[in-house]
Amino acid sequence: MVIKQAEHIVKSFDEDLKNLNNVIAEMGGLAEAQLTRAVESLVRRNSELAAQVVQDDKRIDNLETDVGQMTVRMLALRQPMAQDLREVVAAIKIASDIERIGDYAKNIAKRAIVLSTHAPMKPVASIPRMSQLALHIIKDVLDAYIEKDAEGARAAWRRDEEVDEMYNSVFREMLTYMMEDPRNIGPCTHLLFIAKNIERIGDHATNVAEIVYYLVHGRSLDEERPKGDTTNVPIDA
Amino acid sequence: MDTTLLTNPNVKPAVAARSGEAPKMTSRNVNVFYGQKQALFNVDLDIPSRQVTALIGPSGCGKSTYLRCLNRMNDVIDGCRVTGDIKLDGENIYDPKLDVVMLRARIGMVFQKPNPFPKSIFDNIAYGPRIHGMGASKDELDEIVQTSLERAGLWNEAKDRLAQPGTGLSGGQQQRLCIARAIAVSPEVILMDEPCSALDPIATARIEELIDELRENYTIIIVTHSMQQAARVSQKTAFFHLGVLVEWGDTEQIFTAPRDERTQGYITGRFG
Repeated sequence: MVIKQAEHIVKSFDEDLKNLNNVIAEMGGLAEAQLTRAVESLVRRNSELAAQVVQDDKRIDNLETDVGQMTVRMLALRQPMAQDLREVVAAIKIASDIERIGDYAKNIAKRAIVLSTHAPMKPVASIPRMSQLALHIIKDVLDAYIEKDAEGARAAWRRDEEVDEMYNSVFREMLTYMMEDPRNIGPCTHLLFIAKNIERIGDHATNVAEIVYYLVHGRSLDEERPKGDTTNVPIDA
Repeated sequence: MDTTLLTNPNVKPAVAARSGEAPKMTSRNVNVFYGQKQALFNVDLDIPSRQVTALIGPSGCGKSTYLRCLNRMNDVIDGCRVTGDIKLDGENIYDPKLDVVMLRARIGMVFQKPNPFPKSIFDNIAYGPRIHGMGASKDELDEIVQTSLERAGLWNEAKDRLAQPGTGLSGGQQQRLCIARAIAVSPEVILMDEPCSALDPIATARIEELIDELRENYTIIIVTHSMQQAARVSQKTAFFHLGVLVEWGDTEQIFTAPRDERTQGYITGRFG
């Protein structure tokens, strides 16, 4: 279901909502770029690029602050209801998820700097595939947000399972390298954290998908999301 | 006008399926005509007991017309005809044998503009009880006046000036006086037709707080143009448009996720 709505009688309200949508879209675009560049800095062992990524995370943080201010202002001055209220609340939550995605990208870049000082590691090759998939999900979810397309959001939401599965296989791969030579443990742990970061990015993207679904329908996506991450060990086991 | 076309299949009928308490008032198939012009179309609505039901909708949507059906205020309008079935505790209020004065004692009303009688504060409150033969002794009448003013949150401001004219009070106080007057005859239902539209925000807040307290003992139906007010004071909200009851439900649902596009358009300010 795609919601297309008539304009508000008070036109500046539409402007406010459009600006809010634009800032979220900008944040999402930045987060995608940050993840792409962080993984690129890892693969190309380019610590300068990595440092740039760490630096640029501030831009996403600043936009999140902007979203916070815009939404508080809209709640106070417009007193939005129904779909409009859901738009404003969704923006606050999505901004926070995207900000987290940015943090993970920054963390990947930091680890890329450390890894560039070690000898090249073979399992690095599986990271770009994983991040590609996560990027696809982020892109689809953001498109769904812009289009107010709940079905698009749901489809993207389902694909997170693939990221989880990929994380599992990276996890196993790392274990074999670590067992092969204990000197690999340091760099492999970094790679494992990087893979985990991407897996978490996927989770935040699915959060956004759930928010988009709520935004459109006014009820939550109640289906159980397929869980692919089997590396979690229950504490009481 | 074919009203079946206006019925949204996603919207559940406005008939309480709540278990437990029976609705205080029920309307079935209510139509209202002003001469040839039909103002309300097949309204089915249940008013739950001891809750606040808000009626919202654009001007001319029929919400005030519907409100006035509930205590037969439309009877006094020339050329106004009401058909269908409206019951109070299962009793048809349009039964020709029914005493309308008694009905209006059970279903009180507060209007848009405070309209105190040009009498003292005391007599404003005592007027209803006197004509209904309540408060035979001076003491009893005093007590009714005091309790009513207390319940309306006006006692502390009015106790030292009971003999002064009600019209000397401020707008907000006058409206609380009118509410006190309405509750003096111990009604079961209170109808409020935009009770705060002539009041400032502080006086409005006082009335809203009062409504919240009154719902413990009374069933309240309020017509309001302020969506925020409907959201603040009511538990159920009914949205009227072009004489049709479009959507009815829990206030929270109506204001966060309305089911009908017309409701959505109205409450978000997108009405064409």
